[in-house]
Amino acid sequence: MKRRDSIKAILVGTVASSVLVDACKTADEKVNASTATPASTIDRTKEEAEIEAKLMAETFFSKHEMATIAVLSDIIIPKDDVSGSATEAGVPDFIEFIVKDMPQHQTPMRGGLRWLDLESTKRFEKAFIDCDSKQQIAIVDDIAYPEKAKPEMKQGVAFFNLMRNLTATGFYTSQIGVKDLGYMGNTPNQWNGVPDDVLKQYGLSYTEKELKECISFDKTT
Amino acid sequence: MGDFQVKVQPKTYDVVIVGSGAGGGMAAYELSKAGLKVCLLEAGTMYDPQKNVTQLKGPWESKRRGASTKHRPFGDFDACYGGWELDGEPYTKEKGTQWDWWRARMLGGRTNHWGRISLRFGPKDFKRRSIDGLGDDWPIGYEDVKPYYDRVDKLIGIFGTNEGLENDPDGFFLPPPKPRLHELFIKNAAIQSGVRVIPSRLSILTKKIESTTERGACFYCSQCGRNCSVAKADFSSTNVLIYPALKTGNVDVIANAMAREVLTDKEGLATGVSYVNKEDLNEYQVKGKVVILAASACETSRLLLNSKSPRHPNGLANSSNVVGKYLHDSTGAALGGYLPTLFGRKKYNEDGVGGMHIYSPWWLDNKKLDFPRGYHIEYWGGMGQPAYGFGMNIQMLNGKYAVAGKQKEAGGYGASLKEDIRYFYGANVGMAGRGEAIPLESNYCAIDPDVVDQYGIPVLKFNVKWSEHEIKQAKHMKETFKEIMHNMGAVITWGGDDGPENSYGLETPGKIIHEAGTARMGNDPKKSALNKHNQAHDCKNLFVVDGAAFVSQADKNITWTILALSMRASEYIVSELKKGNL
Repeated sequence: MKRRDSIKAILVGTVASSVLVDACKTADEKVNASTATPASTIDRTKEEAEIEAKLMAETFFSKHEMATIAVLSDIIIPKDDVSGSATEAGVPDFIEFIVKDMPQHQTPMRGGLRWLDLESTKRFEKAFIDCDSKQQIAIVDDIAYPEKAKPEMKQGVAFFNLMRNLTATGFYTSQIGVKDLGYMGNTPNQWNGVPDDVLKQYGLSYTEKELKECISFDKTT
Repeated sequence: MGDFQVKVQPKTYDVVIVGSGAGGGMAAYELSKAGLKVCLLEAGTMYDPQKNVTQLKGPWESKRRGASTKHRPFGDFDACYGGWELDGEPYTKEKGTQWDWWRARMLGGRTNHWGRISLRFGPKDFKRRSIDGLGDDWPIGYEDVKPYYDRVDKLIGIFGTNEGLENDPDGFFLPPPKPRLHELFIKNAAIQSGVRVIPSRLSILTKKIESTTERGACFYCSQCGRNCSVAKADFSSTNVLIYPALKTGNVDVIANAMAREVLTDKEGLATGVSYVNKEDLNEYQVKGKVVILAASACETSRLLLNSKSPRHPNGLANSSNVVGKYLHDSTGAALGGYLPTLFGRKKYNEDGVGGMHIYSPWWLDNKKLDFPRGYHIEYWGGMGQPAYGFGMNIQMLNGKYAVAGKQKEAGGYGASLKEDIRYFYGANVGMAGRGEAIPLESNYCAIDPDVVDQYGIPVLKFNVKWSEHEIKQAKHMKETFKEIMHNMGAVITWGGDDGPENSYGLETPGKIIHEAGTARMGNDPKKSALNKHNQAHDCKNLFVVDGAAFVSQADKNITWTILALSMRASEYIVSELKKGNL
């Protein structure tokens, strides 16, 4: 992503990102129907269904890499008073799929995970997932804050930025995450304007013209 | 391979229509209702909004959480099959020129996902040359189209308000929805800068309409881009025109039919269309008394240019040599950011309709400006449904603004990160201009002499450049947007640092997907391809009812005018057939 696009993507959830995926590169390879995952609940063209079945049948991350992703994603999005954790929301599976769908993430993710293990081995003579949580946090603290991180940690920072992006977006587009966020739409309803208490909070009101011309629904129903 | 032969469809139709979007859908509807036998060719697949559903799905139902793909560049839930690049169907560009070509490949075309912004052209929009000396006047005026706009309003349904504006005519409007919270801030900020803000005009039913019992009222899920499978409350050619037309029993749809050529007889009249079936790859011909092209402006001109015959050696309807020329798109430029006032806002459902509830029609006088023609402004923001990309790059935000009164270090993780994402959610605002470009003879598409697509059909080569008029317009857009953002205390995070080096963020031509002008109307057969009835000067039983017929496209999205002109041309066809003139 270009910087401009990535900034745009932060909160503009409903606008699709500009990432175009060249998902067709290997579409001529046969799709094994027996490995197809359950039918999608959203409309798929034949090409789309074939590509998705093929991606689902492939494995990108090793067991060790997936275990590391699980630990990291729960450090980034742990269970709190409001909602569950990244692993509870299925974030590692999302990350496995998305790096297959968006191959530009593959090398930064694979290399970053390796960077992390080398760093933990240097410091604690253990792979990251074998460190205790205090040791894990010591490393994470060195790469989670781009503006104060030491120059020699830059590659770790770049990896953590990507890992945080994929974890956050995977979590907040899950059922648990959407609820956590307080998004209440995607359901039949009647839009009756900004609630009165919110208008009052911001010192705003609708004009006479708006109240007369716009559609209104009985608030008691 | 083996035996290569052309199969001729046994049935002769009254009308063969190429393309099933706004123009083709309206023609199929009107003509089939009038009792004519219609064959509708579509280059893409069949699509039934009642079966092919993405509406009311949660982001988790997409494996990529709504991210775009090559097959759905506007996101995984978008209802339109097609894209900027299609396998096996290339197009080329002259070196140093730009054109991004969107092609839908499905029944109903791009109307299945469009923005539903439904603006009538005003009286001035048909007579621009008389006003500023640039481009050309249309051979018709607002008064000629008004009765059809009125009928389209009532047939299809649109919300908005009658404001009595000279060049943004009143219509038959359903009540609009009330502005959302960020829209109230935008409205006040824009008015402060002298920018007019009025309720948007979208073809979405806020109430049921009298013309049909098949369609329900909007239930405010904000997902018109997914096409309204549930209530058919927004306009798509499929829900509103084609499926109702099929019920007459007078329409045969042939999907996956890539038109190759318009067939003509030795008198030069159209006799039908030849096409390749993309499924069985066989060659077919379908015969009709009248042929109507509505394949999208560029595909239509490609088809005309590829239909060469002894009577039409320069391509069909092209003795004027204007086919492919005067290609133009809307101008577009945008910026966005955050409204810090809205950080930590109360959460409630503000989905509303699929699109903006307010907009700004062009409000200035070009005599006082350094560019001709205007633009309208579209706005967005607020608490939308999260999709891929949501929650990313928090490190660019959470070090800059205190979260609930607490200043944090940029980046981070854990419960604190969750708090930040919740806090910033719903505070984004943005705006985009959509303006009128000057149609130029030097901006064109033509047949590439060296390249064919996978069906052997010669492809288009584009040659389009923005002129200084459009660049100056984009500069003005950005200045206006910055002022509006400043007035409401918003922070610009993207699109704010454009300059002459990137033409002020002016989008590549084609990118706004309002292609028009490539077989324009006119009274002079030497300077136009079509007469004022969308009828080819050179071939009286050939009509073009998509954006190709446009002399200019105003600062109004062109769909409503395509629909009105297609309805008008259809009425003319019925009357001419009755008189025995076709």
